[in-house]
Amino acid sequence: MRAYIPKDDVQAKAYYTDRYYVAPQVPKSEVETDEVFASDLEAIKAKFEVKEAFIQVEQMVVYINAHDIYGVLELMRDELEYTQLSELSAIDWLAKDNTFEIFYQMLSMKKRKRIRIKYFIQNGQAVDSVEKLFRSADWSEREMYDMFGIEANGHPFMKRILMPYDWQGHPLLKTYPLQGDEFASWYEVDKIYGKEAREEIGPEIRDTARVDRYDSQRFARLGFEVPKGTEITGEEERNVDSYQEEEGVFLIKKLNKETSKIIDDPQR
Amino acid sequence: MAQIKNRLTPFFENITFDRDDNELILNFGPQHPSAHGQLRLMLHLQQEMIVKAHPDIGYLHRGMEKMAENMIYNEFMPTTDRMDYIASSSNNYGFALAVEKLIGLEVPRRAKVIRMMLLEINRLMSHLFWLATTALDIGAMTVFLFAFREREYLMDIIEGYCGARLTHAAIRIGGVPLDIQDTFIAQLKDFLDKLPQNIKDYEDLLDTNRIWLMRMEEVGVIPTDMALSWGCTGPMLRASGVAWDIRKEEPYELYDEVEFNVPYSDKCDNFARYRIYMEEMRESAKILYQTIDMYNECVEKGETELMAHAPKYVSAPKLDIMTQNYSLMQHFVLVTQGMRPPVGEVYVATESPKGELGYYINSQGGPYPYRLKLRAPSFWHTGILTDLLPGHYIPDVVSIIGTTNIVFGEVDR
Amino acid sequence: MAQHKINYTQDGGLPVALTSIDKIVNWGRSNSLWALTYGLACCGIEMMASGASRFDFDRFGTIFRASPRQADVMIVAGTLTKKHAEFIKRLYDQMTEPRWVISMGSCANTGGMFNTYATVQGVDRIIPVDLYLPGCAPRPETLQYGVMLLQKKIRANHASKAQKAKRLM
Repeated sequence: MRAYIPKDDVQAKAYYTDRYYVAPQVPKSEVETDEVFASDLEAIKAKFEVKEAFIQVEQMVVYINAHDIYGVLELMRDELEYTQLSELSAIDWLAKDNTFEIFYQMLSMKKRKRIRIKYFIQNGQAVDSVEKLFRSADWSEREMYDMFGIEANGHPFMKRILMPYDWQGHPLLKTYPLQGDEFASWYEVDKIYGKEAREEIGPEIRDTARVDRYDSQRFARLGFEVPKGTEITGEEERNVDSYQEEEGVFLIKKLNKETSKIIDDPQR
Repeated sequence: MAQIKNRLTPFFENITFDRDDNELILNFGPQHPSAHGQLRLMLHLQQEMIVKAHPDIGYLHRGMEKMAENMIYNEFMPTTDRMDYIASSSNNYGFALAVEKLIGLEVPRRAKVIRMMLLEINRLMSHLFWLATTALDIGAMTVFLFAFREREYLMDIIEGYCGARLTHAAIRIGGVPLDIQDTFIAQLKDFLDKLPQNIKDYEDLLDTNRIWLMRMEEVGVIPTDMALSWGCTGPMLRASGVAWDIRKEEPYELYDEVEFNVPYSDKCDNFARYRIYMEEMRESAKILYQTIDMYNECVEKGETELMAHAPKYVSAPKLDIMTQNYSLMQHFVLVTQGMRPPVGEVYVATESPKGELGYYINSQGGPYPYRLKLRAPSFWHTGILTDLLPGHYIPDVVSIIGTTNIVFGEVDR
Repeated sequence: MAQHKINYTQDGGLPVALTSIDKIVNWGRSNSLWALTYGLACCGIEMMASGASRFDFDRFGTIFRASPRQADVMIVAGTLTKKHAEFIKRLYDQMTEPRWVISMGSCANTGGMFNTYATVQGVDRIIPVDLYLPGCAPRPETLQYGVMLLQKKIRANHASKAQKAKRLM
């Protein structure tokens, strides 16, 4: 019988898994080990509920509630001097528990510290836009919407950014295959030539290991290029690397290497 | 077989032109010679003045983040080349550093020095390319030809190192695969000795040129608040009065051992950005001189290791693979199944020529990253055009796009 | 009339050259292949490099034009995405006959390493291609060699015959 492939996660999977392999963890340390982070966390904790906080690879990770995000970022920007929102995106955990994890990567240039604010939302839930605080969130939130379908409340222009406006599906979802779905595979043909041209143009060739019996006829060797359709026998004449055939055409002289001056010093 | 009919209709068919406010919509791109790639701008014009700008990107979106989720870590390395293809080693490096931080690898010193050399050569290449294209957009053909000439010498050096001109893939997770070739240092020194004169040539051509000054000075002013709010980094931020350079502030590799300055300006305009690119070239040359000394030191001390020793993650040297059975097995596993980093997440920012290049990796202990987010600086540098362009005139658009130094492989990923 | 006396049997002879229409037209076409700047991605940089100082494309009569209406050959340099596919067709339609297309680099040939949802798997799904250049990215020398091959191809054609519009398939 063929193996069942779950449809909620169609990404590449390791074909070999070791049952007894226990993946090690990237070490996490307590927030108290770093003074700056500890005081920042205190400031956040004073006003908002913090679910979890730790330091991982020199950066603090703070889990908060989804509805607090605007307040937390405002506090961080205005009082804690985290002046830049470097990055904002989502992680798809739909297959696991039907949630998305959203992360905001903050940078303080005065303190030279980076904090990652994270929270979970349910599938279908929208996030609060922080575009009013950081203009950089404008495009990031649009990208997040484009890639995951997570909308941002209060965003001025919630439209796709990377994919065309008439695209269907959200590419970075784990349910979306790498090579695209049916719609994606015919997108350009449908748009330019119409559905009736599908048959004529044919499906995309996605298999990188595909070998065609005509390949040897279609692809000429370097230096032995032939027009399309010519049968390749292996006895083609070499394309002489000359500028004109027939020993030159009128008005064009052949290069004479003996009489020409060759400049050796590239800098001159 | 009948010829297939094209069903594309004129683009602005559905727009009514009987507006009262005299506003004209100008479509710029996506294939425009001065758009530095595939930027599409919808400009709302009141006469020659832009009142609203709407950048449209995604014309080079190839789905790199999705590719990363379906590739083992080493397999993804060549893909990073195609992000900022002007300076591909810096992308390789950012990814390699992120994975190294994730698994906690320490790279041998000699590899670090070579990496720094490659990074700075890439920075020079990128800045020279920036100068060439921006000057060409503004009409200075000579500078274009000069800067491309110098860039070719750098490409020769890189080509000698890794065999490729543009897409290097010269940095691996855990180190570098090769030692530099014996002509590397001589070629580099030769280039660096001539560089100050070359930079002076460009400046002689541009600094006092009336057209250049008119197109550059007081044009495209990005105030500090706006730059911070839009997430600008790199030369864009430094030209807006914030001396923030990740190499200096959060040093990676051996940047804390070399001496260099961070040029910054509070003029905030196009000209300030141009000056910063020129000064950064000088600083890069300074760093490169120091790395040559550092490399020679490494050779004297007999440090020959180029890859970190971590059999779980990094293949053994070629000699071991060919002679030791166990190394061969490890190599086979690493190539076919891929390394399995620990469970956790990491965000690592490096200073690429364009700005802060960040890699966020979420690993679930499998051979494929669960989520990989590429934080490319140009993305926000394009976004800022929304706020920056209104109030400017049409010719300024070209010079502003030029000085923001956006590369579309990076914007769209 | 020239004021001084010209000896038409010496010094290069008569200022008249006899040739066939095919040859003269093809000579003109093949030696002034103006290319449309169609830099899409990394290959576009190599295309620029081949036009710049060291490689100097002008020697071949190949001058980059920014307008499709002035161009003879479209060098598709880089990854063509599905979002952009529409525009390549628009620009191709604006070029005047006779027109040629060079697909430069793996991405334009077959989609290359980007076997993903967003990439057109070969620009020949949209427009007919005359020449495929392999490489990722092809070196400027490759592009120049490719243009030379295209010139050869043009010269091998009958120029006088009414050009048949190329079909996609």
